[in-house]
Amino acid sequence: MLEIKNLHATVDGKEILKGINLTINPGEVHAIMGPNGSGKSTLSYVLSGRDGYEVTEGSVTFQGKDLLAMEAEERAAEGVFLAFQYPVEIPGVSNTTFLKTALNAVRKHKGLPELDAMQFLKLIRAKAKALNMNDDMIKRAVNVGFSGGEKKRNDILQMAMLEPSFAILDETDSGLDIDALKLVADGVNSLRSPERSMLVITHYQRLLSYIVPDHVHVLAYGRIVRSGGKELALELEAKGYAEFGSPEAA
Amino acid sequence: MAATEQTVEQVRAVTEQKYKYGFTTEIESDLAPKGLNEDIVRFISAKKGEPEWLLEWRLQAYRHWLTMEEPTWAMVDFPKIDYQDSHYYAAPKAAKDKPKSLDEVDPELLATYEKLGIPLKEQAILAGVEGAGEMPAVAVDAVFDSVSVATTFKKKLEEKGIIFCSISEAIREHPELVRKYMGSVVPYSDNYYATLNSAVFTDGSFVYIPKGVRCPMELSTYFRINASNTGQFERTLIIADEGSYVSYLEGCTAPMRDENQLHAAVVELVAMDDATIKYSTVQNWYPGDENGKGGIYNFVTKRGACRGKNSKISWTQVETGSAITWKYPSCILQGDNSVGEFYSVAITNNYQQADTGTKMIHIGKNTRSTIVAKGISAGKAQSTYRGLVRILPKAEGARNYTQCDSLLIGDKCGAHTVPYIESRNRTARVEHEATTAKISEDQLFYCRARGLSEEDAVGLIVNGFCREVLKELPMEFAVEAQKLVAISLEGSVG
Repeated sequence: MLEIKNLHATVDGKEILKGINLTINPGEVHAIMGPNGSGKSTLSYVLSGRDGYEVTEGSVTFQGKDLLAMEAEERAAEGVFLAFQYPVEIPGVSNTTFLKTALNAVRKHKGLPELDAMQFLKLIRAKAKALNMNDDMIKRAVNVGFSGGEKKRNDILQMAMLEPSFAILDETDSGLDIDALKLVADGVNSLRSPERSMLVITHYQRLLSYIVPDHVHVLAYGRIVRSGGKELALELEAKGYAEFGSPEAA
Repeated sequence: MAATEQTVEQVRAVTEQKYKYGFTTEIESDLAPKGLNEDIVRFISAKKGEPEWLLEWRLQAYRHWLTMEEPTWAMVDFPKIDYQDSHYYAAPKAAKDKPKSLDEVDPELLATYEKLGIPLKEQAILAGVEGAGEMPAVAVDAVFDSVSVATTFKKKLEEKGIIFCSISEAIREHPELVRKYMGSVVPYSDNYYATLNSAVFTDGSFVYIPKGVRCPMELSTYFRINASNTGQFERTLIIADEGSYVSYLEGCTAPMRDENQLHAAVVELVAMDDATIKYSTVQNWYPGDENGKGGIYNFVTKRGACRGKNSKISWTQVETGSAITWKYPSCILQGDNSVGEFYSVAITNNYQQADTGTKMIHIGKNTRSTIVAKGISAGKAQSTYRGLVRILPKAEGARNYTQCDSLLIGDKCGAHTVPYIESRNRTARVEHEATTAKISEDQLFYCRARGLSEEDAVGLIVNGFCREVLKELPMEFAVEAQKLVAISLEGSVG
């Protein structure tokens, strides 16, 4: 599904990723944990194609294609999805308009016919219901006036609609109380399938009790320093990240 | 000698002759010679077979115009206009100047039509292709047979007693109405461009809605088959009698091919007791190229008088075209409890300049006005909102709410807000809110990460920004306007 080889990336001339190697197979859920400033968010932006993140070395292959050669929107259309740490507000644009435009752009790329308004509404209502989101929420402007939990659920709704084959969840747990966290995690779990892989980025083990990963990696100062099974998350929770050194040492 | 030159010569001869012997000769030419003087004013009036009082009115306007100075207070910059270097009367363009087929039309113009989804036949009409206009132009309308639409439409209106025709026809057929109302909202002495228009206007639209009648359909110049060549000095007069309602659409979302650089139109609206006029405009005149070369100067005076109690006038405008826009659709709220509204989107890209806004003059008791103005600037464009809210001493309980939002795309454009508020009544309440924002990189990336191209993302974000205004447009117009908003900002990012 996704193969990252010796990935180096800089932001404003500063090297943040210093040789990442990671292979994710179809259906697998990988978690990346690590201290602040380890490059977790940089990795998610590099994979999703944000401007300003420059890859200086290495390669990323996604379903046999060179991911790094694609623009952000092509990656989305090819099936890469990023759930944002801070979902963005777009005043005046309703969730339905936004998602219909996005979904039809992705469908067009895949050579599928565009959905008309009725087909689309039927689909979004069904998906929203599964995430415990009411009609009002899907009609409101994108993330405007949404609580932290609502914004995250909204991102998961977008994921449910766009049906990516690879989803990156960037600190999806940040700013959520336990009830909101459960709702979001339920949503994510309902989207797990043998064809869909996920990369879950988080500081805390807490999220991983709800979204149970197949593999856990520790990212520290630009490199993956340790990999293991789900039990590694518990170990990190107990011991902290101190043993992986400090930025100066890296 | 080429045919046009010959014609010019003949007309010149005729007008000079007139000067000596009085204006009696039958003129067959369709083009007035260049320049502006009393003879040209007489020429236009005679050409249209106008009554004496109208000629006098035109001449008064012309003489007044000579005493006026071009206004310089607007935040726009353009080379001085030589008013003697224009033709002030040109009947439908000489065929030899028109493109013979769509192959001769600027491919960029055609690409825009394509994006707007305009049918081929209509593209030809808009581009001014020779012969294309002989089929009646009905925009938006690939489905209906346009001839039948126009016919059923006319019949339906006549049944209700509604008058909808060109202003020239109205001057002939309904002189009493025209004489009573024309110049009653925008007097001939109003301002430089309106005064010029009063002297030399050539055509425009006329609407009269009788008492108690609700106009059963949106009136649009599209349906008036002869309207496609109204020229640069248009004059429109709409009268809504007691308890009537009308919604009028002006303009076109497709960029019009037009060689007149200066457009100075006048629109007058009159609403009597309990009457409502809704006036919607989508203006997409040629804005000039990306280097600021060419483009239309759009210097328009639009004003509505809420004469009767409980009357309402609502202006909605989407301005995306023209090199320079100078336009302030206004309401004079004379009747008690009357309501004025102004919803505006002004988009400027490349080197476009727009100075636009409104005036709300509160005279009657409990008069209310709402102003929502959205300005979007991209490229090196400058956009100014200029508004006046004036509350006169007798306007007890008057209220105004003004909201001005500016959106900047890139770092070489400008947005300016110049609100004037004058309140001379203690019970009045005036509110003003203003914001300026930029399209953030976060928003663009969020959209792209969901599969939208950068241009689609900008279109979506800007449409969201304009939503409060676009929703005021009649349905079919709104859909086109949304597309237009996105298209006019193409190439503004990245």
